Amino acid sequence: MIIRGGIVYDPANGIFGEEMDLCIDGGRIVEDAKGEVIDARGLLVMPGGVDAHTHIAGKKMNTGRIMRPDDARLGTELRSGVCRPSTGYTVPNCYAIGYRYARMGYTTAFEAATPIIEARHTHEELEEIPILDKGALTLFGNNWEVMECVHDKDIAKLAAYVAWGLRAARGYGIKIVNPGGGEAWGFGSNVKGLYDPVPNFDVTPAEIIHALAEANEMLRLPHSIHLHFNNLGKPGNYTTALETLEALEDIKPSRMRQAVHVTHMQFSAYGGTSWRDFESKASIIADYLNKHNHATMDMGQLLFGAATTMTADAPLEYGNARLTHNKWSNHDIELEESSGVVPMVYSRKMLVNAVQWAIGLELALLTEDPWKVLMTTDSPNGSPFVNYPEVITLLMSKPKRDSEMATLHGELSKRTSLGCIERELDWSEIAIMTRAAPARILGLEDKGHLGLGADGDVSIYNLSPHEVDASQEHATVKKALAAAKYTIKSGTVVCKDGKILATPRGKTYWVDAVAAQADMDRLMVDLQDKFERYYSVQMSNYAVQDVYVTNPRVVKAGLGAGPLKEAA
Amino acid sequence: MIVEDAICSFCGCLCDDINVEVEENKVKRVRHACRLGSSKIMGHERIRRPMVRKDGELKEVSYQQAYEQAAKILLAASKPLLYGWASTVCEAQKKGILLAEEVGGVLDSTATVCHGPSVIGIEEKGLPGATLGQVKNRADTIVFWGCNPAEAHPRHSLRYSSNACGRFTPEGRSAKKIIVVDVRETRTSKNADKLVIIQPGTDYEVISALRMLVAGKGDMVPEEVGGVAKSELASLSEMLLAAKFGAVFFGLGITHSRGRYKNIDNALSLVTDLNSHTKFVIMPMRGHYNVGGIGQALAWSSGYPMSVDFTRQAPYFNPGETAACDLLAKADTDAALIIAADPASNFPRTIVEELAKIPIIQIDPYENPTTLLADVVIPSAIAGVEAEGTAYRMDGLALRMRKLVNSSYPSDEEILDGILESVRSLRCSRSLQGGLKDDN
Amino acid sequence: MISGRTLAQGANCESKMSEDFFKAASSCYLSKEDYDLLGLSDGKNILLKNEFGKTVFSPRVDDGLRRGIVFIPMGPWANILIGPDTGGCGTPQFKGVEIDLEATNSPIQDIRELFGSIKRAEA
Ligand code: SF4
Ligand SMILES: [Zn+2]
Repeated sequence: MIIRGGIVYDPANGIFGEEMDLCIDGGRIVEDAKGEVIDARGLLVMPGGVDAHTHIAGKKMNTGRIMRPDDARLGTELRSGVCRPSTGYTVPNCYAIGYRYARMGYTTAFEAATPIIEARHTHEELEEIPILDKGALTLFGNNWEVMECVHDKDIAKLAAYVAWGLRAARGYGIKIVNPGGGEAWGFGSNVKGLYDPVPNFDVTPAEIIHALAEANEMLRLPHSIHLHFNNLGKPGNYTTALETLEALEDIKPSRMRQAVHVTHMQFSAYGGTSWRDFESKASIIADYLNKHNHATMDMGQLLFGAATTMTADAPLEYGNARLTHNKWSNHDIELEESSGVVPMVYSRKMLVNAVQWAIGLELALLTEDPWKVLMTTDSPNGSPFVNYPEVITLLMSKPKRDSEMATLHGELSKRTSLGCIERELDWSEIAIMTRAAPARILGLEDKGHLGLGADGDVSIYNLSPHEVDASQEHATVKKALAAAKYTIKSGTVVCKDGKILATPRGKTYWVDAVAAQADMDRLMVDLQDKFERYYSVQMSNYAVQDVYVTNPRVVKAGLGAGPLKEAA
Repeated sequence: MIVEDAICSFCGCLCDDINVEVEENKVKRVRHACRLGSSKIMGHERIRRPMVRKDGELKEVSYQQAYEQAAKILLAASKPLLYGWASTVCEAQKKGILLAEEVGGVLDSTATVCHGPSVIGIEEKGLPGATLGQVKNRADTIVFWGCNPAEAHPRHSLRYSSNACGRFTPEGRSAKKIIVVDVRETRTSKNADKLVIIQPGTDYEVISALRMLVAGKGDMVPEEVGGVAKSELASLSEMLLAAKFGAVFFGLGITHSRGRYKNIDNALSLVTDLNSHTKFVIMPMRGHYNVGGIGQALAWSSGYPMSVDFTRQAPYFNPGETAACDLLAKADTDAALIIAADPASNFPRTIVEELAKIPIIQIDPYENPTTLLADVVIPSAIAGVEAEGTAYRMDGLALRMRKLVNSSYPSDEEILDGILESVRSLRCSRSLQGGLKDDN
Repeated sequence: MISGRTLAQGANCESKMSEDFFKAASSCYLSKEDYDLLGLSDGKNILLKNEFGKTVFSPRVDDGLRRGIVFIPMGPWANILIGPDTGGCGTPQFKGVEIDLEATNSPIQDIRELFGSIKRAEA
């Protein structure tokens, strides 16, 4: 396949809006190719979009679907052509997830939170999602074995457990959610801060995070720890955010990447002592990130309208349910985690919601280096992913932000600095925040760029980047981003003018890390005991079997895995 | 040969510690399973060959002939019902959903005659739950409401609930409080610290009274509710509030009684209320081993967990309209594919009489009363014994069922594949014929 | 009347054409008082009926039951007495159904008799 004459943005390879041809053969970018010619003359061309943090599969997602038939009705699209029927808006069915991401030019999405014991379910759903390449992060922050290793300061055994857990879950990396809080929730409480000990385990959240970061680097995992802070969603929590980031400054990354990725920072950049004096502390967070290089983040942008909050932070969800009097699902997971799901509507009329909306944008606009901040909505927590074009246009257009702010609460300008920010992101920065950076942060070498050998995932939009003024013509831009002219996945046109044409099966990435045998042996003694006495399943029935990952892409890490190739 | 850690495919407990002794491809002994489980794994008299009804009699045919006959029935129908699914694996369920989409039918599971009201209750309120291991390790107070696990889920108490030992429950049964609420004494209530007998059909009122008491508004509760003295309810509410970790398990006693989903709605609210005082979770006692799985598979593929109508090219869900019993009662379906279920036994008689009027395809390892009504009978391998696959435990945990013995029967998945292929080729040849006619 | 699962019914629910299932599912459990009151002690059967249908069961005493309540294992005999209405939720009301009952000398229908009557003519 040859893509002719597009205006290409490939920031990872230093290409910022140059007219050039792209060739794809055997599913990869190559020097020369024959076959189908795609006419992209003058149009915006980028690598396929990569979402490094989204909720698309597994128990939480399905719980959301089951408790929200109202939501299912919102997104109904008929079965037609190659497509099975779509339903849902904030909690779409598996098919809709694949089609809608592809329609926006996205080709890769990573599910953000899976307990090991429930990974089989996650993979059942991932397998059912068409088109996309995907992976799932694995939860470790409230796990008994983890906390016991941390307590014993046995990082080597912890690393062995992480390797074992990733393999059992066919998982991609270490996710940590409200460390210690999920365990405390087992008896209905929470941890109050980074140094508040976890009941019954005599460790602090700070120790859990730090030890997991050390284990992560000991195993040379492609991704860093992926962290959802303690106290998330609470007024005044920016201090927890800063404290936690500071506690990780000494972590030496084992690869050319961050030492910690902080997810949905919007929910952790809150000032004030209550919802009444609630205000943005985005500028302090952005300032910290500007001065330090060990951390990256994603926005977790909130948009007005319907959302479904779903997180392993179960006490937070209980709080959400109490606050909104909405229906509440909770799910505690033996020895490993807890979680919750609560439907939500963010209202323009609510000052708190307006401030939250502004914080996400502030974070992205005040952080100077776009490689440090990803565009996400923590879908469907801040808003479903189908609204990414709205977020991107807000980032690109000051007039759009101003006209939005004019409709919001008058107090808003006192609580945030968003109105004073002049910065408008350009296409290079957008390409970084939605393609190049998420791929680099995840450690996906063949994603997010268009260099030779990269995956043949390309999105082409019906938009001339040099002619359209995104600041003024934001409506045109939003329309173009919502329905790609072409989405090409591994060299196949999967979507044309917003219509799905093909639904190939995507790959599933997981990390196979090797730990020292002696540590593994010590670990097995612990695990045998845990399965004998505490788990409700046998060890032999626990790990995800190969049949659940039919198109695996195994990334090797750990001892003897050799130096990993870096993305350009 | 001994198969270790086999998973029992009878009830929603999905016990995964079963040892099965196999000799010459036959199950000889089953260890660790309860009577229900071992009876299932040992097996019974099977249907031998596929059959199609001719002149009122079922006559043996080949599998291919049976698939084609099934395809004809499904294609001739304007709104076929694809019913059952609870006692087979997700791999078959996924095929069934695809088949329902392709023939434009309604897919419903046996949940609609068991925990369907629970699902509706969850749609109203959400489900504050946990995995069974969480209950095992933490629960010091357990309520069985309208359920009788001693007879329906015999190993539940030992593996997960009343008699289980875990990290924070090392003393097991002796340090726990077990409460049974039912309309009668049961084998389960014999193991209880407290039995509260209520009048049939008063679950809603009793739960409401408990919610009042838990909220400290006991003065609003009348002296007697559902045949239970207020003092009795007050002591029950105190027991609930004294829990460090409480778990409520509920069964058909509450979903099948007057009030149905409203009862569940109220029970879920009670548990939510209790969480502002202490930790509480709640869970339906799912009967068939994989009735959870069909709910999950339907939800991720259609957005709805049961009673999904695919006749309009897009999933539509409205229990009371699209549920199997409602469709049959209103003669709103004109063919039925029944898999791994026995509606002839389990539906109200008047509805069975309606079912008997439409063509029926049955897929099942065993003859049962539905066979007596069926027009096409396709015997299958027993999922979870003779075929592998995924099942979801009552707490939503997915496990992989092992294959214990080989079978000459095709699996449910293979049979559905066969029917799907026949549907496609029949359609194809018809449109081809139609096309030729048009050319003339 | 309430219907529900028992061990014996459950263990035989995959061999529904068997004698064991017949025994398990065509039984009707009552309190001792009701049993005596109806004069069932001398080997009589019991006829249950309501607006939806009527059928004969084999009576048994269950001390766990209160007066006025009978329990029948779930199955095709019990379902003769269940109405079709789902109250808009898809599930018929299987429990808490009002019935009349009397002692009878009539025999219990076996499973084939039960379904023989509705077996439809060739489609
Ligand atoms: S309790 Fe249920 S799953 Fe366990 S052995 Fe008995 S029937 Fe099987
Ligand atoms: Zn998230």
